[in-house]
Amino acid sequence: MQIYLPIAEVSVNAFLLLGIGGIVGILSGLFGVGGGFLITPLLFFIGIPPAVAVATSTNQIVASSVSALFAHLKRKTVDMVMGTVLLIGGLIGSALGIVVFNYLRSLGQVDLLVQLCYVIFLGVIGALMFVESLNAIRKSRRPGGARPQRRKHHWVHNLPFKMKFRVSGLYISVIPPVMVGVAVGVLAAIMGVGGGFIMVPAMIYLLGMPTKVVIGTSLFQISFVTAFTTMLHAVTNQTVDIVLAVMLLVGGVIGAQFGTRMGVKMKAEQLRILLALLVLLVCGKLAIDLLVRPTELYSIGAS
Amino acid sequence: MIRLLVLFLVLALPAQAEKIVLGLSQDQVSITATFNGSEILIFGAVKRETPIPEAETLGVIISVAGPDTPVTVRRKDRRLGIWINTDAVEVDAAPSFYAVATSGPMKDVLRDVEDLRHRVTIPRVIRSVGAAIDDSPLFSQALVRIRAGEGLYQVLEGAVDLEQETLFRTSISLPSNLTEGDYAARIFLTRDGQVIDEYVTIIPVQKVGLEQWLYSLAHENALLYGLMSLAIAIAAGWGASAAFGLLRR
Repeated sequence: MQIYLPIAEVSVNAFLLLGIGGIVGILSGLFGVGGGFLITPLLFFIGIPPAVAVATSTNQIVASSVSALFAHLKRKTVDMVMGTVLLIGGLIGSALGIVVFNYLRSLGQVDLLVQLCYVIFLGVIGALMFVESLNAIRKSRRPGGARPQRRKHHWVHNLPFKMKFRVSGLYISVIPPVMVGVAVGVLAAIMGVGGGFIMVPAMIYLLGMPTKVVIGTSLFQISFVTAFTTMLHAVTNQTVDIVLAVMLLVGGVIGAQFGTRMGVKMKAEQLRILLALLVLLVCGKLAIDLLVRPTELYSIGAS
Repeated sequence: MIRLLVLFLVLALPAQAEKIVLGLSQDQVSITATFNGSEILIFGAVKRETPIPEAETLGVIISVAGPDTPVTVRRKDRRLGIWINTDAVEVDAAPSFYAVATSGPMKDVLRDVEDLRHRVTIPRVIRSVGAAIDDSPLFSQALVRIRAGEGLYQVLEGAVDLEQETLFRTSISLPSNLTEGDYAARIFLTRDGQVIDEYVTIIPVQKVGLEQWLYSLAHENALLYGLMSLAIAIAAGWGASAAFGLLRR
C-alpha cells in the first residue's frame, strides 16, 4: 500500500515505513537507545529528502523518549535539576545546530555534514563500546579480577559556579553539564538524533553521576531538546512530515514492546556487543558511501 | 521568385486548414493520501475541410510540462579522499516534469528551427544561462539523466497512435513524486516537420483533502503545525506506554 507524504512529496510503501519503525523500536527496546541514529540513515536509503528525514526523526524521538520518560518519572529516577542544566545547554546547542544546518544547506553541503557526523560519532562510539564490552566479557570469565577504581576528583571538580544536585548526590560546577548539553543539542539538530549515546557516557564518566539516574535524566533532556528542535525545523524549514512521523511511531511503539521482552532474555554484555556491531555496521555503510566513487556524480538541489 | 512564393502559399494553405480538436481523460490530477502516480489519456482529432494532403507526412507531438523552477545541479569530486559536492551550476528554469510523445521519430516530425521556436524537446525546455563553469552542458545533461531516471522526464517517440491521419491518442504516466502546480499540455500538428497548429490546455495538479490541509498548514502556519506534530508525538508516546501497560496487567 503506497502512501503519499505531503511534506516530503514522495510516495512510499506504508508497510516499509511501519517496518523501519518496528525494527528501530525493537532495537530501542532491546538496547535502550532512541534509535534516531538508525532512523535517519534508513530514511535516506528509501529516498526521503535528507532535510525531511532529519526533521521528522527528531519528532519521532520526542514520542519514544516521552514514552520512556513517564516510566522513569514514576520510578523517581530523574534528576530534574541536572536535567534542567543540561537542557539549557541543549537549547543553546540546538539553536546553534539549526543555524549551521541551514547555512550548509544553502551551500549544498548538508548531506556531507550529516554523513561525516554519523561516520565520526558512530565509529568512535561503536569502537569504544565494542572494546569495553569485550573487556567486560573477559573479566566476567575470570572471577575475582580487580575492578578499576574510578577517579573521584578530576579537573571537572575544580571549575567555578558550583551547584548542588541533590538527586545525583553531586556538588559540581554547572559548566561541564552545560557544555555536554550544548554538544548534544548541536547533534540533535544536525543528525536528527536524541544524543543519548553521547550524553549517557558523558554523564557517567565526565560528570560522575550515579548510573540509576543517568537514563531518566538524559531522557528528560532529550524530550525537551528534540521537541524544541522539531519546532525550529518546522518553523524555519517546514520539513517536519507529520504523516511520515505517525507511520514510524506506530511501528516503533509495537517494536519497542517486543524488543523489551527480547532484552530480558539476553545478557547485558552480549547486548552491548551486538549494539556496538550494529553501530559499526551503519558507520561502515556510510563511510563506504563517502569513500567509493559514486555512480552518479551529479545531484539536483533546490536553489 | 514570386511564382515560387505563390506555389508555397498554395501548398501551405490546405495545411493551415487542419485544426486540432482535443479531449482529456481527466482535466485535473488530485494528489490524495494514497496517490501512486496517475495516467492521463490525451486524445483528439484533426479537423479539416479539405481532403488529406498526400505529399507531406503528418506528425503529432504531445508534451506535458510541470511548473518551471530554478534548480542547482551539483557535482561531486574527490577531496581529501572523500567525495564531496564541489562545483555547482544554477539552472534558471527547468520543468519539474516533462513528457514529450510523438507519432514518429523526432527528427521526422519536428524540424530544429521549429523546436527552437516552440521549445519542444527536453534540452530546449531547460533554460540555463550565464553558467560560470566551462563544462556546464554536462550539468544540464546530468539534470536530464537524473530526472529521466526518476520518471520525471520522458521521451516517448512513436507513442502517439495516429489513425488515418485523423485520430490520435497517447497516454502519459505521471509518477508519484509530482510537484503541485499547473501542468501545460501542448499538442502540435506538423506537416513535414513544420508546425501548422498548436493547442494548449492546462491540467491543474494539486493535493486534496488531508494532504492539502497539512501542506498548507505547514507552510502558512508553521508554529501551529509544529505544535500539532509535537502534540501527536507526545500523545502517541504516552498513549502507547499506557496502553501496553494495561495489556501487560
